[in-house]
Amino acid sequence: MSRKNLSGIVQQTGAQHVVMRTLLFLTLGVFCLYYLIPLIVMIATSLKSLEEIRAGSLLSLPQEVTFDAWNKAWSSACVGVRCDGLQPFFWNSVAMVVPAVTISTILGALNGYALTKWRFPGADIIFALILFGAFIPFQVILLPMARTLGVMGLAGTIPGLILVHVIYGLAFTTLFFRNFFIGVSSGIIQAAQIDGAGFFGIFFRIVLPMSLPAIVVTVIWQFTQIWNDFLFGIAFTVGDSNPVTVALNNVVNTSTGVKEYNVDMAAAIIAALPTLAVYVIAGAYFVRGLSAGAVKG
Amino acid sequence: MSDIRLEKVKKNFGATEVIKGIYLAIDPGEFVVLVGPSGCGKSTLLNLIAGLETITEGDIYIGGKRVNDTPPRDRDIAMVFQSYALYPTKTVRNNITFGMVSRNIPKADQDAAVEEISTLLQIERLLSRKPGQLSGGQRQRVAMGRALVRKPDVFLFDEPLSNLDAKLRIEMRTEIKKLHQRLGKTIVYVTHDQIEAMTLASRIAVMDNGHIRQFADPAAIYEDPVDLFVAGFMGSPPMNMIPGKIGAQDGQCVVSTGSPDEDPLDFPLPPALYERVSAMEGRDVILGLRPEAIFAAGTELPGANRFTFERPVSVVEPTGPDTMILFHHAGLDVVARVRPEDARPEGTLFSFEADMEKTKLFDAKTTLRI
Repeated sequence: MSRKNLSGIVQQTGAQHVVMRTLLFLTLGVFCLYYLIPLIVMIATSLKSLEEIRAGSLLSLPQEVTFDAWNKAWSSACVGVRCDGLQPFFWNSVAMVVPAVTISTILGALNGYALTKWRFPGADIIFALILFGAFIPFQVILLPMARTLGVMGLAGTIPGLILVHVIYGLAFTTLFFRNFFIGVSSGIIQAAQIDGAGFFGIFFRIVLPMSLPAIVVTVIWQFTQIWNDFLFGIAFTVGDSNPVTVALNNVVNTSTGVKEYNVDMAAAIIAALPTLAVYVIAGAYFVRGLSAGAVKG
Repeated sequence: MSDIRLEKVKKNFGATEVIKGIYLAIDPGEFVVLVGPSGCGKSTLLNLIAGLETITEGDIYIGGKRVNDTPPRDRDIAMVFQSYALYPTKTVRNNITFGMVSRNIPKADQDAAVEEISTLLQIERLLSRKPGQLSGGQRQRVAMGRALVRKPDVFLFDEPLSNLDAKLRIEMRTEIKKLHQRLGKTIVYVTHDQIEAMTLASRIAVMDNGHIRQFADPAAIYEDPVDLFVAGFMGSPPMNMIPGKIGAQDGQCVVSTGSPDEDPLDFPLPPALYERVSAMEGRDVILGLRPEAIFAAGTELPGANRFTFERPVSVVEPTGPDTMILFHHAGLDVVARVRPEDARPEGTLFSFEADMEKTKLFDAKTTLRI
């Protein structure tokens, strides 16, 4: 419900109401602060110099704002023996997440479309089996997957990691699209069939443009999962092909030298920024898509 | 123009038989309405003709060609759906042209066709809008435009008016009829609304439970129903169906209705029915009298075979042009249609007159017409 609709509702008035309102917003404020403190601490620390960190308290704001730590985290921090910062690994992650999200989303849309609109015998069983993939714990498939990648010659490479994420993502993307398409009127598909369009013609020209809300949900989900993944990244890539999550771990967990908290914090924020960006950008589309796609029967 | 022929058509969904062996011959240019209660298989039958469902047994011919294995796009049909089924992300223009785009028809021809159809249906102003911005009636027009633009041999309508409000429904009904008069194409039209069926059809197929009970022109369906189902389905308010027994009284054949302890009525049968039932004395029958066959005594021009009786009025339902008067008889509420000025308040003793010429008689066991 939009704010405009809410404003028309007759509200309670009086002293008791004011007290309750104040109490409510106070509580909400406290919760808000509680959740924001870690982020505030991270940002504040990343903007301090090492001396200031040692001198001040954890919660104090930076006296002198400096982006040195960000610079170092991005381009010169040591990851293992290589001292180019997070930058190369960040681009590794981008090179992995873009194709992985795209492929798994398109395949999921195709699966959901076929499972709901081109019913075939056993469709429900196949869907149940695909869905089962969502419940397989990651650890179980590590060894067989490593062996498979080895046989395919993809071990320790980014394409190998993409393949793993596509396969693991299919269960969820299929689920999302299947649940979306089940609500799409079959009449539309039938009309398109009579209009002379085929399986893929209907998919690309009718169904896919309709499914913007499902696409956005799926992209947010897949992007977050794949970008934030650590286990597959560390298990199936080596050194230079590591994604940013693994590199971040290597930056933070070095056992040599001084602990540079400001660099650690900056690196962590850099590694987390893309997911935040996806939430902010796609989230707006998500809400818009939901209301724009609504056509009543 | 094409004819449609269905021969022993059957359709099963899993173990359930939905269409149970249907024969139907639709002449070229005819407007056939498939009517029946929900779940009678009428929409399934339409989908079989369209090719949206695969036929289990039997044959379907369109224009003399067997189309059992022809996909919908090659059947030279167009269909209008109950939910309109417009493509929500496309503009009205692109909704209408989608079929032509799929068939690679040149752009110039597409534009000409859109021009022609949008003028015909008065949707020129809507061409750049999306379906979400249209009202129900406008969507209905666009859906019809999408079907018309193909210039197919056969039009299939699947309850196209059931999502519209009452007033619009009547307007669109007239427009569909005009359209058929102008284009002269074969139309198969599915509805559960018997008034739509009566007003539109050149012939009506009344369906029940996967069978066609009767296939005839509207007048015959209404005046000459083959069984209780057809008689009860067509007409609003529905036909009064009074259980009774055939008997003889003063040398006349009568149907005795109502139990002896609550004012029985002996309806005398007209001569036309005599001969058919004279040998059936004692047989249980259902006496069918449509509401308009019972009126206030003396308000219609006198005719042969009228039967006058008195009953207290139990409910009065004015509809505007007529008033329905309900009275209690034989455990039923019997409806009579009277002129509003003849109506009397509840509880008054009212003198009814029944036109026995219009009586229909059904066998109580087989439900078939006698």
